[in-house]
Amino acid sequence: MKIKVKLEKKNVGLNFQDLILRLLQFWADQNCVLQQPYDVEVGAGTMHPETFLRVLGPQPYRVAFVQPSRRPADGRYGENPNRLYKHSQFQVVLKPSPADIQDIYLKSLEALGIDLRVHDIRFEEDNWESPTLGAWGIGWQVLLDGLEITQFTYFQQSGGIDLDPISVELTYGLERICVFLQDVDSVYDLRWSADKTYGQIRLAEEQQFSVYSFDKSDAVAIRAEFDLHEKQAKELLEGFAASKGETRTKYPVLAAYDHCLKCSHLFNLLDARGVISTTERAALMARVRGAACKTAAAYLEQIGGPAKRRELRA
Amino acid sequence: MTPAGNNGAKKSGKRSESKAEKKLELVFEIGCEEIPAGMLPRATEELHTNIIKLLTAENLMEGVTVETFSGPRRLSAWVCGLIAKQEDVTSDVTGPPKSVAFDKAGAPTRAALSFAEKQGVRVEDLHSIQTPKGEYLAARQVRRGRTAEEILCDILPRAIHDLTWPRSMTWTGIDGARFIRPIRWLLAVLDGRPLKFSYGGVSSGDKTFGHRFIGKGELTVRNFEEYEKKLGANGVIVRPQARREKIERELAQLARKNGFQIHEDAALENLVCYLNEYPTVIEGEFDSEFLNLPDEILVTVMRDHQKYFAVENSRGELAPNFLAVINLARDSRGLVGAGHERVLRARFADAQFFWAADQKHPLVDNLAKLERVTYESRLGSYLDKVERVRSIARWLTEQWYSSGMIEAHVAEADRAAELAKCDLATEMVREFPELQGIVGGLYSLAQGEPDEVADAIYDHYRPVGLTDPIPRNVTGCAVALADKLDSIAGCFTVGVVPTGSSDPYALRRAALGIVKIIMEKKLPVSLSLAVGAAAKALLVHKPKKGMTTEQESQVLEFILERARFILRDRDGFAYDEVNAVFRAGAEDLVDAQKRLMALKSIRKSKNFEPLAVSFKRVRKILEKAELGKADGRRVQVELFDHDAERELYAAMRDAAARVRTAKRGGRYQEALEIIAGLRKAVDKFFEEVMVMVDDERIRTNRLTLLSELLKEFTTVADFSEIGAEERR
Repeated sequence: MKIKVKLEKKNVGLNFQDLILRLLQFWADQNCVLQQPYDVEVGAGTMHPETFLRVLGPQPYRVAFVQPSRRPADGRYGENPNRLYKHSQFQVVLKPSPADIQDIYLKSLEALGIDLRVHDIRFEEDNWESPTLGAWGIGWQVLLDGLEITQFTYFQQSGGIDLDPISVELTYGLERICVFLQDVDSVYDLRWSADKTYGQIRLAEEQQFSVYSFDKSDAVAIRAEFDLHEKQAKELLEGFAASKGETRTKYPVLAAYDHCLKCSHLFNLLDARGVISTTERAALMARVRGAACKTAAAYLEQIGGPAKRRELRA
Repeated sequence: MTPAGNNGAKKSGKRSESKAEKKLELVFEIGCEEIPAGMLPRATEELHTNIIKLLTAENLMEGVTVETFSGPRRLSAWVCGLIAKQEDVTSDVTGPPKSVAFDKAGAPTRAALSFAEKQGVRVEDLHSIQTPKGEYLAARQVRRGRTAEEILCDILPRAIHDLTWPRSMTWTGIDGARFIRPIRWLLAVLDGRPLKFSYGGVSSGDKTFGHRFIGKGELTVRNFEEYEKKLGANGVIVRPQARREKIERELAQLARKNGFQIHEDAALENLVCYLNEYPTVIEGEFDSEFLNLPDEILVTVMRDHQKYFAVENSRGELAPNFLAVINLARDSRGLVGAGHERVLRARFADAQFFWAADQKHPLVDNLAKLERVTYESRLGSYLDKVERVRSIARWLTEQWYSSGMIEAHVAEADRAAELAKCDLATEMVREFPELQGIVGGLYSLAQGEPDEVADAIYDHYRPVGLTDPIPRNVTGCAVALADKLDSIAGCFTVGVVPTGSSDPYALRRAALGIVKIIMEKKLPVSLSLAVGAAAKALLVHKPKKGMTTEQESQVLEFILERARFILRDRDGFAYDEVNAVFRAGAEDLVDAQKRLMALKSIRKSKNFEPLAVSFKRVRKILEKAELGKADGRRVQVELFDHDAERELYAAMRDAAARVRTAKRGGRYQEALEIIAGLRKAVDKFFEEVMVMVDDERIRTNRLTLLSELLKEFTTVADFSEIGAEERR
């Protein structure tokens, strides 16, 4: 079978914004809370407190949201058709993970108009790990005709804490799926809405933030900012450790987490600027991880989860 | 099973009712979310082993066959010839001695009563048995054989549990089962009936599931034939071998049709075989404009990233086509192919982008960036490593050039070493780390470096294993040797020494590479001087810390260990031969290799083994006599009082001169033959002369004679090592 058949070029496939609407509707029907993107820079939907913190503890929870994800080192000055400084993830977390989650996920693809019987869908091993968050999970990348469209992960640890029950995290790469649906060669040619393209809306941002993160950012100032945020996170966590009673229940652990996220983003900026060596890189990541793990433990204690199960076992 | 009444056949005589003869068939399947393809072959093997082990432990393995299969969503087993029930086992449980079991009146004592009670039998049912210690009471116990059904419900969960995985997970909660991915169904059917057990929160039954998209969901199975047939009809080819054959057949068909040549790629074939339940090969193409990119990059993207087979046209050039294996029966609308083509286009466009971005400045500009790339924290950055490698490469090529190797170019080696690591800071290697070295070589060529230098950079990570080729030219060999020497010397200096399976800097591979390069290129390298050059580089450049003598000899021994390994395990030399030659010196591996070949060929001659025995005897005598350093002590002819002594001495002097000449000419076999010719004189000496006589002067003189024999004639190979057992 010779593949000469090309999709005719016509306005097929969902607009970018309709893609989001479909997914939101689908997961709302699966009893998910529809959340909003987090308002601090993050590199992935996993860092949203609605994932990183919600997977801790025993309380069932289902949530879906879009998370614009900034990865300064991935910027390409708007010149590469497939790489972005900031891409959009559609994030779903189900706690506990239902037994038929793969089927539900596949149904969500059908909801986007993908006929699974004529496409090659594959779950290929891809375990996920975030060294800055002390989080990891087991799972796959889902490939659609060879294109990676989703990261599918059974979370095993978050903030260094063994999870129980196990949550499943689905991360859809929205731009990639949309490029597939609309059959275009460049992300900038995507129709975002009926009359606007992705390029019209986002190209300037890609260009400017690439210039900023590769050429203009002030590494000295960023290092100082990193230290300041880390200091605040530390102080807050020390404060929590010393707190008691009602002060403790209302203690701003969530604010400590915001500072961790800031550190993570600042680290990414330094990395993109090319000013950290491999050794320093490991050291900086360990600092962020240290604060993130402490935050997770404090959060778990606050919500009254089975306290520090891991330590009890040790 | 057909009820007997419906069976129209007439039976004459009695039907055999022997239930024991009936053999049962088991179909077992672990239904799972997609298991990583690379792990399946081993897991299939392990399931096979586990089932046999567990059945054997239950005495159920006799006459039984076990076959196991696997695919992305299932591990299955087919067990035939099971008996329905274990044999009952009768055994005697020994109780108290008969002498204490009954009193004088012959009535049972407390000892007998309580034993009977404990065994759950009446005291009158106890019997006596003879043991080596005398007569004892015993209770007969019958252990009822369990049915195959009971046993299987017991052992199948263990067969699952005992599978080992590189990294397992939980899905039912922290104390739940662990497996490679969540188990979603269990099929276990014995003789047409489902078995009932559960594992990982799943209950077993007689249901399996077809292909996700091209099959029906649930399928009921009563035996293996039906299992294979129903799955086959629903998009799942159960046998990996059948999938592999389908892939090979379709690859060959498409290649024939289009006039393609496909590289044999067993690893990729194996991977796609376990990645698909219903593999089908489709063809796709890409814009020939991308052929401007080097083949290495195109093939890496196709093979390693997309798992496509790259193809060549009839002229042996890479063709703008690929063959992909999909998990569907057909791509009727061409959508899958079009999708794969688009993905490949995007990947190639990326590579083109990286190529263009990297060409904006010369490769050598990346040197400055290497300062920020750490090699090992105590050994500094890659820039520091480059400096050290340069100095070692210069030293090597200078040595070679002055020893008459006109193809050794100092300036080229220095330039290649300078550029060798620069690709680590390129976009291309950041994206395709497996192309390190290759990218540097390609960029150097594109930027006008001489072929000699570009090829050397391209090859300098080679050889990466026992069968991988060494760098093509001498410059490449120099850089590769320098790089590897520095890695080993540097790591040993800071205490990073490989232990067991831990070898994070792949130092064993580096040592193997050193040995392979020297031997295969026949390079004149003095190993200890080369290690010395690496030590000097560590002293002059960062970390500005030399090596201790002990560390230097550790490094030397580490490299020699790999040399022994190659000579024994790859080249098939005997353990004692390698030791004999190395004991006579292993400074120059090429020379050692020559001596080894000479030794091997002379070993079968009649004089050789007896002479080796004599040499061993000499060594023992000398060790026992503790003559001390024989240096300076000379044989005194006037102290000889036996002809045998005089004759040996004369034979030695004559042989020594001839051996030296032969050795200088590299004629080791001739040298060894001359030495072997000493046998007669040596034998006569030992027959007629007593060494350890009372007269100290004579004794010492004889010991000196022997020590000279050993010293003079063990420089090609130390015969006293011949015949020694391998030390473990």
